[in-house]
Amino acid sequence: MGQIVLNKVQKKFGDVEVIPPLDLTIADGEFAVFVGPSGCGKSTLLRLIAGLEDVTSGSIQIDGKEASDAPPAKRGLAMVFQSYALYPHMSVRKNIAFPLRMAKMDKAEIDKRVTSAASVLNLTDYLDRRPGQLSGGQRQRVAIGRAIVREPSAFLFDEPLSNLDAALRVGMRLEISELHKRLDTTMVYVTHDQVEAMTMADKIVVLQAGVIEQVGSPLELYHTPRNVFVAGFIGSPKMNLIEGALAEQHNAKTIGIRPEHVQVATTQSDGALQGTVGVAEHLGSDTFIHIHGVAGCDPMTVRAAGDVTVRHGDTVYLTPDATQIHRFDNDGIRIP
Amino acid sequence: MARAVTNTRKTVNTVIAWSIGLLIFFPILWTILTSFKTEAQAINDPPLFLFFDWTLENYAAVQERSNYMRFLWNSIIIAGGSTLLGVIIAVPAAWSMAFVPSKRTKDILLWMLSTKMLPAVGVLYPIYLIFIQLGLLDTRVGLVVVLMLINMPIIVWMLYTYFREIPVEILEASRMDGASLRDEILYVLAPMALPGIASTVLLNFILAWNEAFWTLNLTAAKAAPLTAFIASYSSPEGLFFAKLSAASTMAIAPILLLGWFSQKQLVRGLTFGAVK
Amino acid sequence: MATQHSRSAARLMMAPAVILLLGWMLVPLTMTLYFSFKKFLPLRGDSLGNGLEWVGLENYSRFVGSSSFWPSVQATLIIVGSVLVITVVLGTLLALLLDQPMWGQGIVRILVITPFFVMPTVSGLVWKNMFMDPINGILAHLFKFFGAQPLEWLSQASMQSIIMIVSWQWLPFATLILLTAIQSLDSEQLEASEMDGAPVLKRFWHIILPHMSRAITVVILIQTIFLLSIFAEIFVTTAGAFGTKTLTYLIFQRVLESQNVGLGSAGGVYAIILANIVAIFLMRIVGKNLDR
Repeated sequence: MGQIVLNKVQKKFGDVEVIPPLDLTIADGEFAVFVGPSGCGKSTLLRLIAGLEDVTSGSIQIDGKEASDAPPAKRGLAMVFQSYALYPHMSVRKNIAFPLRMAKMDKAEIDKRVTSAASVLNLTDYLDRRPGQLSGGQRQRVAIGRAIVREPSAFLFDEPLSNLDAALRVGMRLEISELHKRLDTTMVYVTHDQVEAMTMADKIVVLQAGVIEQVGSPLELYHTPRNVFVAGFIGSPKMNLIEGALAEQHNAKTIGIRPEHVQVATTQSDGALQGTVGVAEHLGSDTFIHIHGVAGCDPMTVRAAGDVTVRHGDTVYLTPDATQIHRFDNDGIRIP
Repeated sequence: MARAVTNTRKTVNTVIAWSIGLLIFFPILWTILTSFKTEAQAINDPPLFLFFDWTLENYAAVQERSNYMRFLWNSIIIAGGSTLLGVIIAVPAAWSMAFVPSKRTKDILLWMLSTKMLPAVGVLYPIYLIFIQLGLLDTRVGLVVVLMLINMPIIVWMLYTYFREIPVEILEASRMDGASLRDEILYVLAPMALPGIASTVLLNFILAWNEAFWTLNLTAAKAAPLTAFIASYSSPEGLFFAKLSAASTMAIAPILLLGWFSQKQLVRGLTFGAVK
Repeated sequence: MATQHSRSAARLMMAPAVILLLGWMLVPLTMTLYFSFKKFLPLRGDSLGNGLEWVGLENYSRFVGSSSFWPSVQATLIIVGSVLVITVVLGTLLALLLDQPMWGQGIVRILVITPFFVMPTVSGLVWKNMFMDPINGILAHLFKFFGAQPLEWLSQASMQSIIMIVSWQWLPFATLILLTAIQSLDSEQLEASEMDGAPVLKRFWHIILPHMSRAITVVILIQTIFLLSIFAEIFVTTAGAFGTKTLTYLIFQRVLESQNVGLGSAGGVYAIILANIVAIFLMRIVGKNLDR
């Protein structure tokens, strides 16, 4: 139902090519996340799918139908905007009903759908308020409500959580994931936050400068990043990327080791790297230790389970898990 | 600024501001007062302020000399019609400029404004000839069209500045929601820009109401609005201050009331949306 | 940032306004230009139907050659310039005053704004008769009260009188725009400068005035547009006598009173050129301000 296929899609603004020709298939019912640093073209890509921008060349198929030239309204997609884009002069009820009204649906059916959407999203008590009287989280839910009543073939989310505070963001993240499980509809979600990508996605599309760096499930990206960029972008804290002598020992230009794959000890052992503690961040469940003095990687970050008592200036010894070392060649491409 | 202001200072401000305000308002106040005097009292030396024999005879006399209601009706039709027509044509144009800007948008806006600088007198005779040809001379339709055209740049300009304050995302959301262009403008843009549209309508209604070049030169009797009604009092015949005042009061009263009641909206409009 | 759909829709929706204004500008302009090279005296039987005699640049040279031409340009510029200076300066002062805390601010604002609503024919007549009449006008009474000889305003001080009337009409506009600008000034900025120990005058000069520059530009732009073509105020007061004949009024007289369309059209072209000089100058400023 909600399959989206991009075929050699290219976008230029004037002479500037923001998205070089690109192929991508998003399967029906899949939760796809476009992630990348700001300016990587992920929002443009979403707007191309939505029909808010024209493709310069290439084609977009939705549900197996050619949609490149269809206006937004005819694509059967619903979109949730970063700023929510609610209609400030309408009540919540009217906001949610608007797409149905535009579709000339009959009154009873509109009421039924609005009521059910409101109850799903806990908005029943707010139906007669204006968006201006709601909190950020509630507004976000109204925007989602407006999207789900249309029963679209796919949902598009453009950084929907970035205007919310941290606590609310975690809650909404769960709600959207739950919604996806329940509706089982295709969702395309744009974010710059790799945590959102990892926690929500079935499929992550990592973009940089309009180019797809890698497509895969969250764990594929985590375990086998295709290149240095993906390796550094996915995972928190970031993967340690080490160049120089240490990398050459592994016959690579660069090697990467995730903070959680490094053992830290205060006593010396064979083959361990030596360093000095800069800052130790205690989260209770984990401790992130930033270590200076390791050749080719400064600072090196280590994630130790539980509470580890090290202080600024302490000398520590690091042992990377040899099975978890990622190797990259001169072009930054993964060596299998 | 949440700071205590001394009462003395506030009193001084109040006194000065009220004095200046009343001074500026005085010519209008004096006109209104004089309209209720007899002609003899109107030129009494020293001038009479409040203690005179209030009378309505001047209003009756003015009404007898010229049919006020006809002029009033012409003013309403001409000012209202030109404003309404102007807004209907300008809203789509302003939408285009505000939400689908191109490299030429700014040039078009400035060009539109520059047509307003075209001295009316420079094109008076051609318009006069065209009006005769089309049988528009001394008709309300003719004036509606002319005033619509001379106010169009201002209407477009004002609507453009108001529209630009509305986030594009909301219009895009309505497009995603299946709204056609007409729906988008009618159900989303217009209600959101309503205060701005109201200011625009008000200001242009007043400008059209008070427009005195074209209304004086393109009308004779049938379509003459209040500007012409009052201009007929420019040649004095004997004692006529009181009657002039009555006629003046009748000519400005409708717009004065409108202006006072919509003052808030109007002040916003007065800035032509260019000053926040 | 838009699709082909919306771009073509935009062109379509801009078309009516652009086409109408283009027609409104070009058609009469072409006709005026055409007439300006012709002998065209409708009262002597000249008409478009009979064909008009080509006279080359004669109308142009006669219009400039007339003794009224340069005085009319001068009168125009003096009126526009004086009114601009008076309204901007007094408007700024008044706006600063109205921004102060006081009782009944709303009412004072209504009092101040009211002249803007008064149609020019009315304000011209009211000022001419009830204020500037040398025998029965209020100003005459006032002069006599102080033992002075009443002035024959519209003949002895004709320009000053016209400038006074027009300034009275436009002062509300200037004041309200400038007041809006002052009220939008971030009070933190003022407080910071106060903390820095800047005296009142310096504060006005370095903070308030620069902040108001955009508003002042707007006032000057809009007022110039309207002032260049003031007509009714002169029409009902001096009828162009006593040195108050502006370029607009001179052309009006040529065309409608002496019915010399060719000559008047040449004058119209001059007026258009004058307006364009002013316009180019103003558009530069506004164009720059638009980007902000």
